[in-house]
Amino acid sequence: MNLNTLQIFDPAMCCSTGVCGPEVDTKLVQFAADLDWLKAQGVIVQRHNLSQNPAAFVENEAVKTALTERGEAALPVLFHNGRIAVTGRYPERSELAALLSLKATATPVPAKSSCCGDGSC
Amino acid sequence: MSIAAEQSLAHFLEAPTRFLFFTGKGGVGKTSLACAAAIALADAGRRVLLVSTDPASNLDEVLGVRLTSTPTDIAAVPQLAALNVDPAAAATAYREKLVGPYRGTLPEAIVRSMEEQLSGACTMEIAAFDEFSRLLGEPAATADYDHVIFDTAPTGHTLRLLSLPGAWTGFLASSTTGNSCLGPLAGLEKQRGIYESALASLADGTRTTLVLVSRAQRAALAEAERTSNELAAIGVRHQRLILNGLFQAADSDPIALALQRRETQALQAAATFLTRMRFSKVPLRSQNLVGIPALRALVTADYFHAGSQPEGETSVAWPATETLTELVDGLAPAGRGVIMTMGKGGVGKTTIAAAIATELARRGFKVHLSTTDPAAHIAAAAGQITGMQVSRIDPQAETRTYVKQVMATAGKNLDANGRALLEEDLRSPCTEEIAVFRAFARTVAEGKDAFVVLDTAPTGHTLLLLDATEAYHREIARKASDVPEEVRQLLPRLRNGEFTRVLVVTLPEATPVHEAAALQLDLRRARIEPFAWVINQSLAESGSRDPLLLARGRGEVQFIREVVEQHSQRTALVPWVTEEPAGPECLQQLFQTATPH
Repeated sequence: MNLNTLQIFDPAMCCSTGVCGPEVDTKLVQFAADLDWLKAQGVIVQRHNLSQNPAAFVENEAVKTALTERGEAALPVLFHNGRIAVTGRYPERSELAALLSLKATATPVPAKSSCCGDGSC
Repeated sequence: MSIAAEQSLAHFLEAPTRFLFFTGKGGVGKTSLACAAAIALADAGRRVLLVSTDPASNLDEVLGVRLTSTPTDIAAVPQLAALNVDPAAAATAYREKLVGPYRGTLPEAIVRSMEEQLSGACTMEIAAFDEFSRLLGEPAATADYDHVIFDTAPTGHTLRLLSLPGAWTGFLASSTTGNSCLGPLAGLEKQRGIYESALASLADGTRTTLVLVSRAQRAALAEAERTSNELAAIGVRHQRLILNGLFQAADSDPIALALQRRETQALQAAATFLTRMRFSKVPLRSQNLVGIPALRALVTADYFHAGSQPEGETSVAWPATETLTELVDGLAPAGRGVIMTMGKGGVGKTTIAAAIATELARRGFKVHLSTTDPAAHIAAAAGQITGMQVSRIDPQAETRTYVKQVMATAGKNLDANGRALLEEDLRSPCTEEIAVFRAFARTVAEGKDAFVVLDTAPTGHTLLLLDATEAYHREIARKASDVPEEVRQLLPRLRNGEFTRVLVVTLPEATPVHEAAALQLDLRRARIEPFAWVINQSLAESGSRDPLLLARGRGEVQFIREVVEQHSQRTALVPWVTEEPAGPECLQQLFQTATPH
């Protein structure tokens, strides 16, 4: 049984989707889509936003230490199966796929050029 | 027009529902009437909670008691308690609840950034909404009271507030992925039962009455009818109407007759609406209703004439003010820039904005007249004149355009699932706020090349908008990404007195003047200095000799004096005029003075 778990500790923001703010944050929008794709591959994804769920940051010793040492620059922290995998940036889909040992159907396929959209057919 | 006994306020209050909502265009007297109803019910032995949800509430002033967000007993009225849901205070409490426990546990910079994230307009809206739903949807919150009376915000805001439970419950139901943007209220799902229950209460005619308050004025009646229809559409069908401040001329004074004629015409124009509504009438008083004895008398005494005993003295004097013409003389030389009319709903911001815009166009300038008020009737107020463009920032249209634009840019490289996800995220209540904000910035930017006259939304909403400006400004400074130039420039432009001229509009009455003074303080905190004040609809300036109108005119003088001496750099005094000031010809009346002084 492959228990692939990814936890993301996001910096303080209105919401993690990137749509709140004077300009849509395309990086966050893409990352949200990538996480959605990971979920479709059976990965368990948990996301914590510092402004909404600070308890998760305090309860996780490694994250708390990273915050104390590097401040906000440490965020986001990506935890893979309980270990810190990436800090301070949002990785692309190909990197996530490699990290989670998934087959790299990684490149996002523009919606209209695909018969079913998620590249799996 | 006589008052039939079966239409009196007292009769209306004989079999009240548990929840009563008072709503109407700003300035129609809904706070006074909500207070009067609350006092009458308490006097009749019921336990009553009076709630203000207006960000610019004047309940404190009307009751003469300092209110907070928890019920305060009103000493002079046993059985009555009141509270004020102040969105700013609710947001602060909400923020502290989330952030407080982490002070000292997480680094200080982290705590600060959490606080900053929870400082925007979205947090305020959500926190106020949360309070409101708790009172309506959680039985324990109001178990101590037989009746809960809401003195709601001006109509545009009321509509948003009342339609929110529907919108949000719908949003929660349709949110399938569970990671959608609910902004600062992440724990929303847990409150879902409360929101659903709040919505059910609103739609239940045995529990809730919507009391529409109007004056006998075209715009106010049109507004009441629109509100009636919109709220009926979201399920609030148990409605009553109160026609407030009805005037009867004592003799043949032309101003008084014109006022009476205007009221009669307005009522005739609204005949269809009035036929289908149950309504009560309340006469105009010679003084405004402030303080408990005056409010108590509103229900118990029927003094259509008794309140209007004139004194012999008829001449009144006040400090020097300008005419609207002189004010425009001061605005015109710049040749361009933004002119914003601000003030509480109902003081005539739209009319003053329309008058200034048409006058500038008449003088040969290119003018764009626009509004951010969802309830404004700006096209009808302004009419058409060469050189003037009239538009409206429509929240729904702006949101649609914005969503389309985001899908075409940020959504461009996503796969179908990603696009569906983004589309769902954009259904967040925050999206409208952002879309309106961007449209506002875009309109302000037009002031580079021509005059832009902006009739802003009612005070509370305007402040939220300005606050959003501030919060976004900080965010922009931090991210410095693809933010449009007009958004980046917004706050500096609003603060530049050469570019933006803010006109504070008020009426010569206690509450409007004090609210305008509070607004000016808020503007100064945001480092925006008003250019001038406009005192609108002055009966003292109208030249009327009618005893009741004279009494009201005399009552105005102390407030005109207060504005000139304590609040404003320059003050324009605009007379009450005999024709409804709509369209370029009728707006011209506002530029005349009736009395030399």
